Amino acid sequence: MTGSIKVKAEVSGNIAEVKSLMLHPMETGTRKDADTGELVAANHITQLTFTNNEKLVMVANFSTAVSRDPYFSFKFEGGKVGDTLKVAWVDNTGGNDEIETALE
Amino acid sequence: MNIGRRFFLRTGIALTALAALPRALLAAAWPEKAFSAPAASGALIDLFGSEQTAPSDKISLKAPEIAENGAVVPLKIKTTLENVESISIIVEKNPRPLTATVEILPGTLPEFSCRIKMRETSDVMIAVKTDTGVYTTAKEIKVTIGGCGG
Repeated sequence: MTGSIKVKAEVSGNIAEVKSLMLHPMETGTRKDADTGELVAANHITQLTFTNNEKLVMVANFSTAVSRDPYFSFKFEGGKVGDTLKVAWVDNTGGNDEIETALE
Repeated sequence: MNIGRRFFLRTGIALTALAALPRALLAAAWPEKAFSAPAASGALIDLFGSEQTAPSDKISLKAPEIAENGAVVPLKIKTTLENVESISIIVEKNPRPLTATVEILPGTLPEFSCRIKMRETSDVMIAVKTDTGVYTTAKEIKVTIGGCGG
């Protein structure tokens, strides 16, 4: 699922603020398909991680009850403009994506 | 000379050093059991080993009082508690109450924003694990249209 992640990370003083959006259906496993009437299998991001240069700064674990196309924002100390920020997710079906950006 | 004692001490020191490795190096696995728990108490026990928590006014949960669409309920969570290890969102009346659990790593601020699904009106509990215990706050969010697609 390449291209599923949008991220913006801005440094202000010693704090970097990260805002991210993942395109993902986040299926609960309890929804019925409108046409076939059959249950749509659960398909959701389980873990979202953020790494600043080589340092892991965030691990977010999700259930199916995180909204479709998850939005997640947080802040960390010590990031500098130009640092690499890697965002990666995995889902319960083995799907995954990752993106690298630079702190602004 | 007591070689046995010396060996024991060294091994002990090595193990202590191992235990003190930064948690950042050990991204924990997705806590499947806690996410499967059908009740909030079970999720707390699976996450923290106990359902014992203490209410705290140092945790802030910003959320709408009424969520017209239960599929997208925005939450903004922040705490001024110190030495925070994790922050978890527990929607008591969802079929699987544990919604998210976020590790707060060294240097990361104990706050985040996200959007969640709610099946019906429910208390939403925020559980903050620190080095001294588990602290909570809760807020009722009214849901007009449920968001679990049932």
